[in-house]
Amino acid sequence: MINVLFFAQVRELLGLSTLAVEACESTVTAEGLRAQLAAKDDKWAKVLAADKLLVAVNQTISSWDTPVVDGDEVAFFPPVTGG
Amino acid sequence: MATELNAVRVQTEDFSVPNEYALIAADNSDGAVVTFVGKVRDFNDGSAVTDLTLEHYPGMTEAVLNKIVAEARERWSLNHVTIIHRVGTMTLGEQIVFIGVTSAHRKAAFAACEFLIDFLKTKAPFWKLEAGDKGANWVEAKDADDQAAKMWEKE
Repeated sequence: MINVLFFAQVRELLGLSTLAVEACESTVTAEGLRAQLAAKDDKWAKVLAADKLLVAVNQTISSWDTPVVDGDEVAFFPPVTGG
Repeated sequence: MATELNAVRVQTEDFSVPNEYALIAADNSDGAVVTFVGKVRDFNDGSAVTDLTLEHYPGMTEAVLNKIVAEARERWSLNHVTIIHRVGTMTLGEQIVFIGVTSAHRKAAFAACEFLIDFLKTKAPFWKLEAGDKGANWVEAKDADDQAAKMWEKE
């Protein structure tokens, strides 16, 4: 399983902060996982299609072609606004 | 016991600037102490703000802040570095973030303090939700903050 986390607007719009995802053939990269989740329904497609969506793989902000394997922690979130 | 050189804390409680100052300012080999405090202000993009809620990514936040501190140490000769960032709900005028840097000379401390806040604002996983006269809104990331962080990459 892949442990998926959502933060800020993404969490709020999906109404969900965590999700365990079964890896499938297409879930080999961060983009593959994003596409797999976006295919759920219109809401997921809209929230996860945000052009400014960021992804962190194992707690490091990563590019979309970063490999994702079983046991990884993957987080989707908008650009950060702390400070 | 000597104070740890690096202190990175993410917490809901407020912090005391005099206490944090005293912790990093005791070393007589330092000639400079620079501190920065970020506060909740009463406006953003023309709307009145009444309070602010900060969300973060536990685990990743601390790792990123420690990495930013390590990067600052590679660039400048620093002694003590403290970063405290609050999460949860804060009202008008409350303190959000503290950065404290000590060094032998002022230039390194000033530069490192500015570098730390610029990098924190664009790289650490914190998100602000503002509540005000127009309801609650997630603060949008600012291009100006990205540009400020990029300035440090030109060196």
